[in-house]
This record gives sequence, structure tokens and C-alpha cells, in this order.
Amino acid sequence: MGMSLQQIIFGVLSVISLVSALGVVLSKNPVTSVLCLIVTFFTIAGHYIMLNAQFLAVVHIIVYAGAIMVLFLFVIMLMNLNAEIEPQKRNWLKYAGAISGGAFLVVLLAALREASMPALLPGSNEIGLISNLGKTLFNQYVVPFEVSSILFLSAMVGAVVIGKKEN
Amino acid sequence: MTIDWVLILEKILLISGVLVISLVVAMYSTWGERKVAAIMQDRLGPNRAGWIGLLQPLADGGKLFFKEEIIPGSSNRFLFILGPSLAMMVACMTSAVIPWGDTLIIAGHTVSLQIADINIGMLYIFGVVSLGVYGIMLGGWASNNKYSLLASVRAASQIISYELAMGLSLIALVMLTGTLSLKEIVEQQRHGYWNFVYQPLGFVLFLICSFAECNRSPFDLPEAENELNGGYHLEYSSMKLGFYLFAEYINMFISSAVMASLYFGGYCFPFMDKLGLDHNLLTILGTAALFFKTICFIFFFMWVRWTIPRFRYDQLMRLGWNMMIPLALANMLLTGAAILWKQGH
Repeated sequence: MGMSLQQIIFGVLSVISLVSALGVVLSKNPVTSVLCLIVTFFTIAGHYIMLNAQFLAVVHIIVYAGAIMVLFLFVIMLMNLNAEIEPQKRNWLKYAGAISGGAFLVVLLAALREASMPALLPGSNEIGLISNLGKTLFNQYVVPFEVSSILFLSAMVGAVVIGKKEN
Repeated sequence: MTIDWVLILEKILLISGVLVISLVVAMYSTWGERKVAAIMQDRLGPNRAGWIGLLQPLADGGKLFFKEEIIPGSSNRFLFILGPSLAMMVACMTSAVIPWGDTLIIAGHTVSLQIADINIGMLYIFGVVSLGVYGIMLGGWASNNKYSLLASVRAASQIISYELAMGLSLIALVMLTGTLSLKEIVEQQRHGYWNFVYQPLGFVLFLICSFAECNRSPFDLPEAENELNGGYHLEYSSMKLGFYLFAEYINMFISSAVMASLYFGGYCFPFMDKLGLDHNLLTILGTAALFFKTICFIFFFMWVRWTIPRFRYDQLMRLGWNMMIPLALANMLLTGAAILWKQGH
């Protein structure tokens, strides 16, 4: 049985993203966790490219891998967190985590069991390209887009006000 | 699914070619830097190895290879090696979207001199630039040395601060050209004026931000030798140090090529379509023009290094946040207003 090139790439990407996502949770060293998270973001960006959403892929890398993770790394380095000073978690906490995670998985499966996933229309594989995305955002969804930008602005102003020293 | 082997072979050749050229240019930039410094300080500069010292980069490279390699005992070994490797890899990645020339027609087959003409080329460059900080941060932290840590924290905040102004100055250019593809931006400049004419302020802002992103003087605080003992690569020796130094020169070469492509016409030169030359010859001349422009920018980088003293840290932050970003925003508004005015609204 032959697999198409797309399927092979999808399989490889998925394995890497799962392994690195596990690495984020299981690693003792916070810096390794951050690096694993960066690898996960890259594989997710790869999935976006497979879906022909190149703009989303690049923005994902710029925003998450390029900006947010740098800040994470920054904080971890400054606080000098490392494996030795990581607090020991109690056993019941681990069990509680595993049980609630498993319960969440069951709920998710139950909710998605009946969901139909129609294949994309044949002509719609250009939908993630930047010109289509821009036209949709600025014609059909211009009001929500502008409202969300105001939300961002207020968040920025809030951060500056909190961060400012009191005179 | 059939695989176009000719295309793959062509791309592999092109990628290897671009990599080799980047490395050779970076190698000779080290020689150029020493020569330029020598001329500006009224010295001779390297002149022993080969004719006017042309073999000096080979001697330096060989020396770095054969030096003893020391990995500090208290460092994180994996991250310590990952740091310079990442710095080198990220430095080489941007060259994929730069149009190094027009097309060559070889035996009826059209070969593009651009590795990947993706429609989001500009965002790709931006993505790679935003990753550039990891090499320095990881290397500095993994060294387990307070000076290295201070340098990597400095580098991270500097690069994040100047990325903003860089992005804002590029948005004005994108508004003007209406495309994110580098090839299209260059082709637009072939028939009109170069973008520098329309975006003088945007170009100056982009130039300053490139200096900051490349950690070049006057923004070389992460390697300030007289306060941080050499900064983030303090604990590095042998070829790992070489990788850091080399990555800086590759970054300088690539950002010069990006500036030449975005603002100075890339592989276009004046009156190129009126010469009536053969298409292939024109392409080769265009590539030569691009390299000439790039080398001029590299010279400018060196010229500034030996002219302007390093900023203090608070000056650096004030320049970035209180001057560059407002200016870039004003430039964006002006460009938008001018475009609307021209459209007759």
C-alpha cells in the first residue's frame, strides 16, 4: 500500500509534534520545556502549511516562537529556574492530573464522535493565502476585526499602566 | 505524484551556490573589516598572508579550527553546542527568499535565480529575524557565566525592541508596493523609481534597525568587551566561537542584500531594458549589480562601526521606543495618506 507524499509528511510532523509536546510536560528542566514548546509550534506551523494556510503559519512562528517564547525564556533565565529547585509534586496531585486529563479526553471524544468533517471544497484550497484572507478580513469581518484591535490597544494601555512606576 | 527531478536538481544547485557564496562573502567581510579599519586608522591592516592579505581569512579559519575546544564544566552541554549552531542556521535561512537575479534560460528551460518565490517572502524574513535571538540567548545562558547571561538578556531586549520599529517601517513599504513577495517588489522597481525615493524615512529606520538586529556597532552591547568581557560568547572557544563571529558577518551580508532588494532595486540597474542585451547576459549583469549594492552596504556597516561610538543601554532603549517607533508610525500614516490622496479619495 503506497502512501502519498502528503500523508508521509503529515505522519512525520504529527509524530514530532506529539513527542515534543510530551517533552514540554515531562521535562524537568524549564529551559528544555520551552525549547520543546518551540519545536511544537514549528510542527504546528508545518501543519498550517500543509493546509495551504501559509500566512497563518508564518504569523504563528513570528508571534509564538519569535516573540512570546523569547519572553518565556527571558523570565526563566532571569529567575534562574532549573531542575534542582523544581518543587516536588505530591503523588495524589499526579493522579488527580491524570484522571482529570483522561476525563477531558473522554468528553472531547464523545463530543466529536458524531461531528462530520466535510472535506474542503475543491476550489477552496486557496482560502488561506494572504490576499484572500486580507479581503475577507477587511470586507466581511471588518467590524469584529477593528473591535478586536481596540481590545488589544486597551490591553496594551493596561499593561503600561500596571508596569509604570508610581510617583 | 510525479516528482520533477530537474527542478529538484536545479534548486539543490542553487541552494548550494547561495550558501557557498554567503560563506565566501562572510569570510572576505572579515578581511574587509580589518582592511577598512586599518585604512580609517591610518594603518596597513593584514598584509602578510597572500597578496594584500587575501589569504588571511583562510589562516584565521584554520586557526579557529585547530584551537582547543573547551566546554565549561558547569555549563549545560547540549544547549552550549545548540547556541552557535542555531545562530549559524538562522543566519543562513533568510537567503532563501532573496531574488539573486532574474531568470536564466538554459536550453529552453527557464531557471529562476531565487530559491523560493513565496507570496509571503517579507513575512518569512521577519519570522527568521525574530528567531535570530535564540542562538545568542541560549548560548549566553548555557555558559553559566554572569557576564554571558547579562549579554544575552541585553541582546534579547534589544532585538525585540528594534523588531517592532523594523516591522512598522516595512508595513509602509508593503502598503506602497501592495505585495509581500520580494520578487514582485524588485520587478516593480525595474520600471519605476527605486523604493528609496518613495520611502526615505522608512529606509533610514530599516537601516538603523538592521544595525541593531545584526548586533553591529553602535548597537553591539551584547558583546561590549569593556563591560562584559566579550559578552555572550565569553566562554566559547575554537570553531564554536567562530560560528558566532561568522554568523554575524553572514547576517550583515544578508541584511545588506535585503536592503538592496527592498529599497535599492535589487538586481535592477538604470536603463537595463534599453541596452537591448541578451536576456541571460542581462540577468548576469543584474546579479552583479545586486552584489555591488550589497557590498556598498557592507562597507557602510564597517564605516559606521569605526565612526560612531557604542550607545549606552538606556540610550539604546530610549532611541528604540521613544524615537524609532513613533517615527515609524508617523511614516506609516504619511504613506497611507499619500496613497489615499493619489487614489483621489
